[in-house]
Amino acid sequence: MTYDETTLAQLTEDAAAIIARYPVKRSALLPMLHLVQSVDGYVSPDGIQFCADQVELTAAEVSAVATFYTQYKRRPNGEYQVGVCTNTLCAVMGGDRIWDELSEHVGVGHDETTEDGKITLERLECNAACDNAPVMMVNWEFFDNQTPESAKQVVDDLIAGKDVAPTRGPAKVCSFKQVSRVLAGFDDGRANEDQGAGEAALAGLEAAKGQGWTEGAK
Amino acid sequence: MTTTLTPVLTATWGADQSWSLDTYTKAGGYAPLKKALGMAPGDLIQAVKDSGLRGRGGAGFPTGMKWGFLPPDDGKPRYLVVNADESEPGTCKDIPTMLQAPHALVEGVAITSFAIGCNHAFIYIRGEVAHVHRRMQQAVREAYEAGHLGKNIHGSGFDLDVTVHSGAGAYICGEETALLDSLEGRRGQPRLKPPFPAVAGLYARPTVVNNVESVASVPSIIGNGVEWFTAMGTERSKGMGIFSLSGHVKRPGQYEAPLGITLRELLELAGGIREGHELKFWTPGGSSTPMFTAEQLDTPLDYEAVGAAGSMLGTRALQIFDETTCVVRAVTRWTEFYKHESCGKCTPCREGTFWLTQILKRIEGGRGTEADIQQLLDTCDSILGRSFCALGDGATSSINSSIKLFREEYEAHVTQGGCPFDHAASALFEYSDTPATEEAHA
Repeated sequence: MTYDETTLAQLTEDAAAIIARYPVKRSALLPMLHLVQSVDGYVSPDGIQFCADQVELTAAEVSAVATFYTQYKRRPNGEYQVGVCTNTLCAVMGGDRIWDELSEHVGVGHDETTEDGKITLERLECNAACDNAPVMMVNWEFFDNQTPESAKQVVDDLIAGKDVAPTRGPAKVCSFKQVSRVLAGFDDGRANEDQGAGEAALAGLEAAKGQGWTEGAK
Repeated sequence: MTTTLTPVLTATWGADQSWSLDTYTKAGGYAPLKKALGMAPGDLIQAVKDSGLRGRGGAGFPTGMKWGFLPPDDGKPRYLVVNADESEPGTCKDIPTMLQAPHALVEGVAITSFAIGCNHAFIYIRGEVAHVHRRMQQAVREAYEAGHLGKNIHGSGFDLDVTVHSGAGAYICGEETALLDSLEGRRGQPRLKPPFPAVAGLYARPTVVNNVESVASVPSIIGNGVEWFTAMGTERSKGMGIFSLSGHVKRPGQYEAPLGITLRELLELAGGIREGHELKFWTPGGSSTPMFTAEQLDTPLDYEAVGAAGSMLGTRALQIFDETTCVVRAVTRWTEFYKHESCGKCTPCREGTFWLTQILKRIEGGRGTEADIQQLLDTCDSILGRSFCALGDGATSSINSSIKLFREEYEAHVTQGGCPFDHAASALFEYSDTPATEEAHA
């Protein structure tokens, strides 16, 4: 392994915290792979060996797990993972067109990263926000009700180094490494940041009010 | 007459900091937990059985019965695992639930764990939703600090730890045994059943796996009483459920209503199909459920009536498509999804979804033949009922049902040598249709 002493010490401390959450060590593997991505920006050979040592598996066994899941990246990932949902509903509502224009605009295709390492594009499967279609995700934050123009603007702003806010979620999108640490189960103190629930989440409540429902009623 | 909506789980979603412990407690939250801790666990299980609550994750299995399947306590661990891997195309109810009201789930976890004798519960959340992880992690932390979780909860002698766990991008992990393998740090592949998780689940110990909405419904049942719950819904489909409308409707979103409401009623509340268009087809419960048309507008959306009409209530993911939508395009894209997400464990699903995709793309691209349509049906026949888990079956639903309902549309692709639809007409924004994306699709 080529981690320097400080990095390895921090990784080891974090890995111990993850392992402590489970009755059986091996259960820590998925969050630990997210942890490795938070340091290396992908599941590196070093990261695989590190996980293997921590949960007492072989590197081959860890690789076998890592390759099963699409969120674990096998090559250095862009700073921003930008996914356009092209599953049926989003695709039909305009996701296909957003993908076409965005991919052309950025100059890379599915699972490819721009030369400057800023953006990795991905054709996403359903991300459970269908009532806000067409949907785009940046580092796993929601960008609802997108158009080709709005999607390109988001990516231009990211490339320009500006802060970008999702339509639902925290005040700004963090980096791929930072979000990987959240998925490893470490608090980044941003749970109370909010862009609103979104119209779709509240559509039923609004309709219920139209029927005379009042808050607090059973 | 329109059925009255019944916001329960969604009731506080519009409140200021709706996700905070403070907001949840002020709305009466965690009172049901205190009530439950004063009851016998067996009585809690009986109450949930009596309520008729059925699994809200798609299968509709009675929740209380699932709890009751656990063998008698042998002094060793037993587990509750919450399935928060919401990934079925069209399904988008658990994510806003956890974003806006995570404490409803935490309280449900505490009550359920007490009922089944579990001291360590897990919430397995799909990895692709960062803010949901932040909110759930915070809610669990707040609950510990308030004494709703941890040691000797409210002096009851009951201990409970809750771990929020992240998946990493795999639809199959929504299948309960694949989820358990994934939670054990393995590739997410389904297990052979039996043994069922109730007997040998997580770490081969008795385990209850329940959907987010099922668990989050428990506090309201305990707090308001079984009769309150059974007053909603239909004879064998009790209570309320979140109906997720998406697609070509004026006001898509989450509508919480008694089971048995109809699409016609829901559309009325949602402002109808988008202006100037009409309903063509829809899914009652996600992409794995056979599609419906306007014929089923008045079908009560409960487990029995939807089943009798030839589909499944599933996750109440109502994906609505108007007449501009090419059904072959829609079905092809769903099938590519199943091919991508097939775990590869069993041959019918792994090979079948691959060949279905090949044939469908050929037809959609105008290079298909009449015989290809029959081949699709034959291939579906080789998958349906012959796969290891429900993923393979689900992959055949939209194909079989769409060929039955819209065979002439498949034939039109063959005879015209291409898609007769203008894809731009389906989009929610304006653009002129330049050559489409077929080549670009990986």
